[in-house]
Amino acid sequence: MTKRQTFFTYLVVGPFAIVLAFPFYFALVTMFKTDLDLANAQHSPFLYNDLEGNFHWDFWNYATTGEVTFLFTDTNFPTWIVNTVLVAAAVVGITLLLALPAGYALARLAGGWGQSAGVAIFLVYLLPPTLLFLPLSRLITNLDLKDSLWSLILVYPSFTIPFATWLLMGFFKTIPHELEEAALVDGCSRLSALVRIIFPVSLPGILTVVIFAFSLCVNEFIYAFTFVSSSEQRTISAGIPNDLIRGDVFYWQSLMAATVIPAIPLALLYNAFLDRFIKGFTGGAFR
Amino acid sequence: MEAHAAQAKPRPRGWRHALESRRVLAPALIAPAVVFIALVVGVPLGWAIYLSLTDAIGGSLTGDWVGFHNFTSAWEDDNFRRALRNTLIFTFASQVLVVTGAAILSAFLVRDFRGKWIVRFLVILPWAAPVVLSTIAWLWIFDSLYSVANWTLAKLHLDNALVWVLDTVGLEEGAQVPLQWLGRPNMALVAVTIVHAWRILPFAVVIFIAGRASIPNEVEDAAKIDGATGIKKLLHVDIPLQAPIALVAVLFGIVFTAGDFAVVYILTRGGPFNASHVLPTWAYAIGIDGGALGEGAAISLYLFPLLVAVSVAMLFFARRVQVS
Repeated sequence: MTKRQTFFTYLVVGPFAIVLAFPFYFALVTMFKTDLDLANAQHSPFLYNDLEGNFHWDFWNYATTGEVTFLFTDTNFPTWIVNTVLVAAAVVGITLLLALPAGYALARLAGGWGQSAGVAIFLVYLLPPTLLFLPLSRLITNLDLKDSLWSLILVYPSFTIPFATWLLMGFFKTIPHELEEAALVDGCSRLSALVRIIFPVSLPGILTVVIFAFSLCVNEFIYAFTFVSSSEQRTISAGIPNDLIRGDVFYWQSLMAATVIPAIPLALLYNAFLDRFIKGFTGGAFR
Repeated sequence: MEAHAAQAKPRPRGWRHALESRRVLAPALIAPAVVFIALVVGVPLGWAIYLSLTDAIGGSLTGDWVGFHNFTSAWEDDNFRRALRNTLIFTFASQVLVVTGAAILSAFLVRDFRGKWIVRFLVILPWAAPVVLSTIAWLWIFDSLYSVANWTLAKLHLDNALVWVLDTVGLEEGAQVPLQWLGRPNMALVAVTIVHAWRILPFAVVIFIAGRASIPNEVEDAAKIDGATGIKKLLHVDIPLQAPIALVAVLFGIVFTAGDFAVVYILTRGGPFNASHVLPTWAYAIGIDGGALGEGAAISLYLFPLLVAVSVAMLFFARRVQVS
């Protein structure tokens, strides 16, 4: 690229990046603010100020980690993180168990109708939870699963399986046929070829599915919000707005900390696996 | 051990033999996933349709048959119509912003430049962060007293100008400084649209980049040889080639926006005065808070025609792209 092109690229990409990342930057600033600094509308919201609203270069002396500590010691935040990880891990396990064979069969064994069936399964992913949460909340109550993490473990695969099957289909299509044919010629059964040859080769793709399915579980709100009502059993998405917003009282610094803490690791993982995600997503059918 | 491995394996018999045939193995591998989906998606969907035709109330799974009464009585409610209208506004307006933004941003993000990794990380943040949590960050940005948006506008002396513009175009008549982003009906719609566009944009950018990557280099070269440049190339080469994948991004955007509950629930709870409800939040208000399970189910099912239309479009394009 010429110098002019490079300059122009930054000119476009820069503002987009700033706007898209702004809420997180702002949350990062807010989480260390003192109550007095936060509650004065004249003070700059971007900086840490003294009581008169002046900025000093040793700004860390005018900030506090108290509210972040509060989040970990005085709320159920640590419990919610554990719950979220437990649910997401169990759901990812169930998802792989069901989606791996299905994705492989649709990509490799089913022939013509596999493609159509794959698209059909994927369309299920487009059915929003908001359409299903009313009957599901009643069914969960009748199954005596209300207020239990099991309700989420049971229901979340409804969107992770279609999504994962689709991605895996895309990945399996990119594996050369010769690989499994060689295994079959050597006397491997189809199933053991699948487990011993195909799965190991597809490990990067499977890992991509694990990460994105995991984050779908962390993201989910309406099921977590309607199925579970006791604070100790909630996941982060449902727990934070419920316990840290009490009527008119907002624990802003803790809320912002709770926003930033899960977002950063998830975004790092997304960034690392993005190219593989694109490959699987578009490899499924739109090729 | 060596000798054993060297021996030819005996031909599998019986069910083992059956598992070697594609006709048996394929359905056997697919069936568990399909059965599971049928149970956790098919059953509740069927149940939702059944409930919508009954007078079931909270706490029960059945009710008396009332035909389409829930659908008509929901329709006659002004709040419902506003929720339906809002759903369409949010979906359409945010998708316009998303497609424009994604087309521009993806064109530059495919280039190589220093610091690309960090730019990509920043761009992807809204997609990776849980929706509820990032919406809480927006709640703080739009706060009635401490809004950073208002603070910045005031420091730049742009607050009165913006108020004048909003008043003049009729979006917010009688607007005053400081702006109430979430406390006034029309401004609440603007705020929700902004948040939706912001959170869908990264996903659309990613899909657009995939679309660009799928265009073979030969096409670029051929266009160059034929002397297609600028607008001409954009209209006859770039747009037609990227349209199918761009459409996939739009279809997803539509479903994710129209079916979303979290953004409106966190930002406005449907307020002020029920002005910013969407179908999912209105269904929640009626079905869970109000206890009218049947009518709530009917309200959420109004989304169904939209989803079917999107799905049909999706199938159509999936097939077309495959053929070409």
